[in-house]
Amino acid sequence: MNRSRRQVLQVSAGAAGLLLLGAGGLLPRWARAAANPLAAGDARPEFLALTLDEVVKALGGGAAQASSDITLRAPEIAENGAVVPVEIESQLAGTRRIAILSEKNPHALSAVFTIPEGTEPYISTRVKIAETSKLYALVQTDSGFHYAERLVKVTLGGCGG
Amino acid sequence: MADPMRIRATLTGDVVEVKVLMSHPMETGLRKDADGQLVPARYIRDVKVSCNGRDVLTAEWGPAVSKNPFLAFRFKGGKAGDTVSITWTDTAGDSRTDQAVVG
Repeated sequence: MNRSRRQVLQVSAGAAGLLLLGAGGLLPRWARAAANPLAAGDARPEFLALTLDEVVKALGGGAAQASSDITLRAPEIAENGAVVPVEIESQLAGTRRIAILSEKNPHALSAVFTIPEGTEPYISTRVKIAETSKLYALVQTDSGFHYAERLVKVTLGGCGG
Repeated sequence: MADPMRIRATLTGDVVEVKVLMSHPMETGLRKDADGQLVPARYIRDVKVSCNGRDVLTAEWGPAVSKNPFLAFRFKGGKAGDTVSITWTDTAGDSRTDQAVVG
């Protein structure tokens, strides 16, 4: 085996190792995100962000305040982390966007919904949750960002095979 | 993607409730197929819903929305007979539009 083939194989093995570790959830968050990129061409900063704070910044905010005017419904225990039903209703005036985040997913942000005038600040959908972690409902109003959280226990993790 | 969306748009009072079930694998890029190969990431990233041409919801999704996405939401100002139109676009550039009549 000549030197360049050996180098290519070593680099490939390294990358494959990183990907496997990433998929197994054994890396720190920053490395996990690097090992689990979004689809080619998807460079949306809010979807690349790793934490609630980073998502809020990427969406143009400063910091999010906890709010009891956001109703977040999700199961306490999700039997299947690949299909977790989530319902969010905002009682905050001037709700413009509703977003769903999972604290320990490879990337924190799952979805963002833009609510035009005339549409109720209510969303029901289903998301993947990788492991037991906090689920966040993030609401953007005219006055800033607010959130509610709920711990969701996951028995069968949602993001991989 | 071949299968049409299943859309229901129901009027109660002055509120239209839309429920839609889309057909899409929403691959995260982390799943391995039967041969042990990673299936490339491919997921819906943009969703637009309009009623008689008026935007009633837009959404941006990542790979963490579940396979065969389900979505329900409500808006005011629709009438029986109006057309609700839903379009999704995915990361591979595929797109699909389906419609339903408010009833």
